[in-house]
Amino acid sequence: MTPITVLVSVDSNSILLGAREFANYLRTLIKDYNLDSLVSVLETVAIGAYDGVVMHVLPDDVYYVVKSKEHVKKIVEEHLLKGRQVWDLTVDKSKLKPGEKFQVKEYRIVTRNIGVIDPKNIEEYIARDGYFALSKALQMKPEEIINEIKASGLRGRGGAGFPTGLKWEFTAKAKADQKYIVCNADEGEPGTFKDRLIMEGDPHSVIEAMIIAGYAVGATKGYIYIRGEYYNSVENLRKAIKDAYEYGFLGENILGSGFNFDLTVRLGAGAYVCGEETALLESIEGKAGRPRLKPPYPPQVGLFGKPTVINNVETLANVPQIILNGAEWFRSIGTPNSPGTKVFCLAGDVNRRGMVELPMGVTVREVLYGFGGGIKGGRELKMVQTGGLAGTFIGPDKLDTPLDYDSMKNYGVSLGSGVILAIDDTHCTVDIALNVMEFFRHESCGKCTPCREGTKVACDILEKMTKFQATEEDLKYLEQIAYVTADASFCGLGQSINVPLLSLINNFRDEFIAHVKDKTCAVGLCKEVKPKKAAVK
Amino acid sequence: MDRATLRNIIDELKSEQLEEQDILIYLLHKVQDYYQSHYIPPEVGEMIAEELNVPPSKVYEVLTFYTMFSTKPRGKYIIRVCTSLPCHVPGGREIVEYLKKKLGVNFGETTKDGLFTLEETGCLGLCGVSPVIMINDQYYGDLTVEKVEEIIESLKGGDAK
Repeated sequence: MTPITVLVSVDSNSILLGAREFANYLRTLIKDYNLDSLVSVLETVAIGAYDGVVMHVLPDDVYYVVKSKEHVKKIVEEHLLKGRQVWDLTVDKSKLKPGEKFQVKEYRIVTRNIGVIDPKNIEEYIARDGYFALSKALQMKPEEIINEIKASGLRGRGGAGFPTGLKWEFTAKAKADQKYIVCNADEGEPGTFKDRLIMEGDPHSVIEAMIIAGYAVGATKGYIYIRGEYYNSVENLRKAIKDAYEYGFLGENILGSGFNFDLTVRLGAGAYVCGEETALLESIEGKAGRPRLKPPYPPQVGLFGKPTVINNVETLANVPQIILNGAEWFRSIGTPNSPGTKVFCLAGDVNRRGMVELPMGVTVREVLYGFGGGIKGGRELKMVQTGGLAGTFIGPDKLDTPLDYDSMKNYGVSLGSGVILAIDDTHCTVDIALNVMEFFRHESCGKCTPCREGTKVACDILEKMTKFQATEEDLKYLEQIAYVTADASFCGLGQSINVPLLSLINNFRDEFIAHVKDKTCAVGLCKEVKPKKAAVK
Repeated sequence: MDRATLRNIIDELKSEQLEEQDILIYLLHKVQDYYQSHYIPPEVGEMIAEELNVPPSKVYEVLTFYTMFSTKPRGKYIIRVCTSLPCHVPGGREIVEYLKKKLGVNFGETTKDGLFTLEETGCLGLCGVSPVIMINDQYYGDLTVEKVEEIIESLKGGDAK
């Protein structure tokens, strides 16, 4: 250990701001100035927001936001060499973390190690009580573990919110010669990047949870199914799995318990629908990712026809902490029906974008203004999308809605995967609707007609609207299509298109009317285009 | 790719195999990475079917289902543009329009010089720095039209040398 440590945030978002280049330059300078024995550089992930690359100098506890190599040089020459803090690059810690009023609220369970440890070093994870939960779990009876998870009230963080303990119990009770644990890391819900940062920043927490799940339900094999585009996550998880094998946390006779567990990573190849659990299983089996008919559900008939637990990355990352601290502790956070925390991803037209973990029940406003610092450029907020593309669009009047698993039922605002996407008043609602429906059309797998055709027809109508060619009849037809597609589609993809579409139409009906009746667009984006041929339908 | 090379790749993957059928998609990724023009030729697809003992029709179904795979040669640089809402909102629409105009191609097409293929992708999970594009395995974020122009020109320039 050197007396001084510089933590650099090198996650996939920061890399795009030059993090890797700055970290390497920092190392070069430290060498050039012969500071090797005094300063070490550690790469960690997301420390705070994304105004620039964040560097945290310890033990001085100074945070810098770096935007160029000159900044790096200045920090080395002034701070590291002369011990003088570079004030103009310093950021207040409170600016990286949620504001003061808010600080009480931030609660880090799944993000506790992110930005704190080097994710590629298993020993740093172990030093933060890593694999302690595994050791504790292996001394418990499988049903005790399941009861603990059930008592904690942990629910699926991927969007559906199914009780995790029940999923485990169903799988444990199913009789089979082989069972599987699958981690759904096919994060594709637009606006969601929490799983990416968890896998990049704390991969061992997911691995540890999967081993515990395996022991609890009697599964000896596990797969982590990651999106093909998530190169950094794949790299960090592969390294973590390799280390876990070396340390005896994976493989045969784990920690002398007689329990065996093997784990491997599989890549997706660009199909949103593979985030649907049965489509994901098909994909691991080497098939096209088309959803299966349910029931039977995966806990009975899952991967290769065997009982399978499928959990989201964030859900799993909660498990070791629940085992260590107990169900009661977990229940003390969040709301009675939705215990624990949720990792929110804030994107769009806000001053500060990024990820923050907050107790369930936090309001949209608190995330948007408390963490996000309000709307960019002093413009007006027009709408917020919550829960991902399959979630809802709400107007500024609903900002005080608490977000948990009941907010959809109680307020018509979905929690989903935790996306908070702010959209300011320079955007056209019809254009937003078209973008959303184009996404669904593109990602529809084509297996069932309602989804394949419904998404296409919806796009056609919306496109006509943006060209001022649509009529009021078309608007009615669009609403009808939303209902029919949702009712008749085979899987969750088609079944959910009515949620975003109808929330847009219902909350911003005036704008749709303006496009079909008055042929005007409030923000001047849509322009009249004369149809090429008469009466093409 | 000859059969021996393919077998070598398969052997390499076997160390990560837990069940017999679980490596097809993984293998297709590896084979596609082997080709500079990012595709899997039909004859190699057939070879894969033989080596893994699955029907060729299944290999083709998988190849054509997933957007990351191609059965036709693509450009040296695959530009994947995120068109999802979190990129669309802070200026993504302009990026898409610019790229189509600059390269003179639509989504799914390759430039005449064989350098660039333009593709549409769903959310890349980098919404903290959107709008975002991906060129081969590199990400580029916080984009403006000027930044995109710079990136395209530098790739073109690097290739002219």
